Amino acid sequence: MWNYTDKVKEHFFNPKNSGVLDSANAVGEVGSITCGDALRLMLKVDPDTQIILDAKFQTFGCGSAIASSSALTEMIIGKTVDEALTLTNRDIAEYLGGLPPEKMHCSVMGAEALRAAIANYKGEAWEDDHEEGELVCKCFGVDAAMIERAVTVNGLTTLEEVTHYTKAGGSCQTCHEKIEEVLEEVLAKTGALKPAARHAPGTVGLDAIKPLEPKAEPAAAPKLTNVQRMQAIMSAIEEMRPQIQRDGGDVELVDIDGKDIYVRLSGACSGCSQSAGTMMGVQMKLVEKLGEFVRVKPASLMPAHAG
Amino acid sequence: MSQGIYLDNNATTRVDPEVLQEMLPLFTEHFGNPSSMHGFGAAVGGKIEWARKQVQALLGAAHDSEIVFTSGGTESDNTAILSALEAYPKKREIVTSVVEHPGVLALCEYLEKKRGYTVHRIPVDNKGNLDMEAYRAALSDRVAIVSIMWANNETGTIFPVEELARMAKEVGAVFHTDAVQSVGKIPMKLADSAIDMLSLSGHKLHAPKGIGALYVKRGLRFRPMLRGGHQERSRRAGTENAPAIVGLGAAAQLALVHMGEENTRVKALRDRLEQAILAAVPSCFVTGNPDDRLPNTCNIAFEYIEGEAILLLLNEAGIAASSGSACTSGSLEPSHVMRAMGVPYTAAHGATRFSLSRDTTEEEIDRVIAVVPGIIAKLRSLSPYWQQEAGRPKEFAPVYS
Repeated sequence: MWNYTDKVKEHFFNPKNSGVLDSANAVGEVGSITCGDALRLMLKVDPDTQIILDAKFQTFGCGSAIASSSALTEMIIGKTVDEALTLTNRDIAEYLGGLPPEKMHCSVMGAEALRAAIANYKGEAWEDDHEEGELVCKCFGVDAAMIERAVTVNGLTTLEEVTHYTKAGGSCQTCHEKIEEVLEEVLAKTGALKPAARHAPGTVGLDAIKPLEPKAEPAAAPKLTNVQRMQAIMSAIEEMRPQIQRDGGDVELVDIDGKDIYVRLSGACSGCSQSAGTMMGVQMKLVEKLGEFVRVKPASLMPAHAG
Repeated sequence: MSQGIYLDNNATTRVDPEVLQEMLPLFTEHFGNPSSMHGFGAAVGGKIEWARKQVQALLGAAHDSEIVFTSGGTESDNTAILSALEAYPKKREIVTSVVEHPGVLALCEYLEKKRGYTVHRIPVDNKGNLDMEAYRAALSDRVAIVSIMWANNETGTIFPVEELARMAKEVGAVFHTDAVQSVGKIPMKLADSAIDMLSLSGHKLHAPKGIGALYVKRGLRFRPMLRGGHQERSRRAGTENAPAIVGLGAAAQLALVHMGEENTRVKALRDRLEQAILAAVPSCFVTGNPDDRLPNTCNIAFEYIEGEAILLLLNEAGIAASSGSACTSGSLEPSHVMRAMGVPYTAAHGATRFSLSRDTTEEEIDRVIAVVPGIIAKLRSLSPYWQQEAGRPKEFAPVYS
């Protein structure tokens, strides 16, 4: 059993400010049910004073995720938007008297939801974050920018810590090298990676090692035009269809709405208890093909005006 | 928690007081090393042989010499697989299922990645039943060993091991089953079966932790994993854990006595618990095969909430259960068993296992039935995926997934 502090338990068993805030003028939603935790943070900000008058949350997640959300709302009520923006996940964890290392991602989720809510209040497009930073962990949808923030704020130095704080690399592990690259870049920038002043007897110093010839920078993937993007989505689905058809089902592209790709499953896939797995498989394929995070949803969830 | 309700018996069971009584003299009066050539040793050796006969009886094995004592289920699993691979070095394939215990899965992954073996992992359907066609297709004379569990630890779903073993024999493969969850709960007669090897673990049947056994059918080629002394007829070197072995023997004897109760009273309690929860809580379902399951196991997937949070609230109410949630283990992925069955993520994270034992009482089950609906409602009131007023799920799609 996790060793939770009394403060974590207090906020889990008796969460503060849970529920829906009807008068909210700022909403931040982060996480996903696939990842195992998700948070909807609602704020009521006074437009004249910029003070957060009220905050409420709804959280899907474990004890520390619920406690982190509850603590976050307590911490930000009464602060101005700019003051709130200075809060980090470390502040949330410290407020709770600490979290187990493996649970630090819950505090990160809180801090990310706060940034998303304030971006929403200011009318900024939070989803653009993924375009700023390279998507590193496709399983959990974590980009380089989020890893950089977690490393910088928390002084992380290892891959394991990055996984504990962001979940990145916690599933298929194929992104471990990329995470290590991001980690090294940040550590080099912050000066945390310094050559040892002295080296052990019998070994050579870093200065004696000839660096490898620098590799040519890989060309950045060109941004797809809308037409190219649509074609890429269609061809990815076409590639998947034979496998799905072999199982007696089928998949059809219905619409593309920004990051949301609507598909219709039919045949044996329709109503199959494993259809969620099929949808997830299609989503993984599209994320891989497009190099951006997209969500695959059933056509039945299309907004009425779009359908 | 001393008066708590313990429904996590698939994780471990309470040592039966009668088992403990049998063990105690092994720490005091009968402390000798069974390999020693004097009376102190001989007394202990005799007790170990008594224990071996009890395990033989529980398994319905033809000979007591077919029982090798080990440290537990994981050692038995590892020994069985490695023994078969070493005994048949030209065969480079292994067949197993996607829902095995990590004691089998992790070893197979290691053998695949580091030793170049081909591993066939047989999928399951949405009730956790093995895909028999895929199994048939994976079998060939290249297969050294088939290792498939008797019953799943999370859902209790029972595999048709006898049939699987017969099919494996047709292609000349060794058949091993991890029966850690099923031994003591369902009747077995290995003497008449095609099963070559079987793993069991003491602490799942009211014996202590750190003791298990591997059944090895007489005549099967065997290669030990632990080499050293001549204990266990040179099949498992190392001084015997005599108190625990005697404990396992006593537990095996008691398991035979109580097996009828396990399949009637305990099963009825399990069914009552399950039906009451399903009736009182919306959006939840039983995972696994409801018609062919261990009598003590009930795994319910509660949608739109997360398992660790459920366990914390259950614990606060004095109830111990288990979850397939990632957060309980420090892993980031929900149970591989839930995922293999295609349980949607909306439910996999909230899968909760209640596993009963012969100690479980009617009053305890009544208490759990009374408490669970409130816990689920409380967590759903916090969940962004749940529409509290309407009592049903709602669409919630965070931008930053």
